[in-house]
Amino acid sequence: MSMKIFDIAGSALSAQSVRLNTVASNLANADSVSGDANSVYKARLPVFQAIADAQNPEGSGVQVRGVVESQAEAQKRYEPGNPIADKDGYVYAPNVNIVEEMVNMISASRSYQASVEVMNTAKDMTLRTLNLGK
Amino acid sequence: MANDPLFGIHADALQLQRRRMELLAANIANADTPGYQARDLDFQKLLAAAQQPAATAAHGAAATDSGIDEAKLKAATVYRLQTQPSVDGNTVDTQVEQSQFAQASLQYQASLSFMDGKLRSLLTAITGQ
Repeated sequence: MSMKIFDIAGSALSAQSVRLNTVASNLANADSVSGDANSVYKARLPVFQAIADAQNPEGSGVQVRGVVESQAEAQKRYEPGNPIADKDGYVYAPNVNIVEEMVNMISASRSYQASVEVMNTAKDMTLRTLNLGK
Repeated sequence: MANDPLFGIHADALQLQRRRMELLAANIANADTPGYQARDLDFQKLLAAAQQPAATAAHGAAATDSGIDEAKLKAATVYRLQTQPSVDGNTVDTQVEQSQFAQASLQYQASLSFMDGKLRSLLTAITGQ
């Protein structure tokens, strides 16, 4: 029982780091243009879900249910000099919104920090309990 | 509530605070989960429930050892009232959860200090120094 806080905070840490990973992937590929609107990189977004535990509803962590691709339109740019441009001279840039990704990154990092603090507090409390009477 | 002669209510209090911190940790972990509803323990309900077995024990019914069991904890687990609605249906306010977590941790440590004091005075009595 006493280790449950660590499990919960740990699940949050791994979920938030998946979120940070997708942000990193989106930012890294923000300029990966393609000559075809369908094959261009699409922004990836993690979907979070609470871990349903019928046995013990009071302690539930979080898990990443899946990573979905954004359905927003790719950006069309007129670059006739680009070697991968299509026959009309257009290239397609990913539908990654840099501002959104930065906000996502800050949010993920703050949530990660909050869970680390939870873990630290739980660790301190457990250690104090172990040292009871010493 | 079962009153341990040495520790009094603090043994139960430790367990309760620990449970509350598990709930709050789950709330903080799910701060970004769509549709998640924040939960907390209702101590008023718990107190009322804890006073119940003392009454039944007086009538000769089986007295439970601990005043708080799983069923009572489940009954006292309530959803938090929403302060700022969000579009995705999530009702976690991280600041509120963090302050409640700090409070629960302080109360846990207060109980620990009381238990530590009891142990120390017992040790003093035993060793006579």
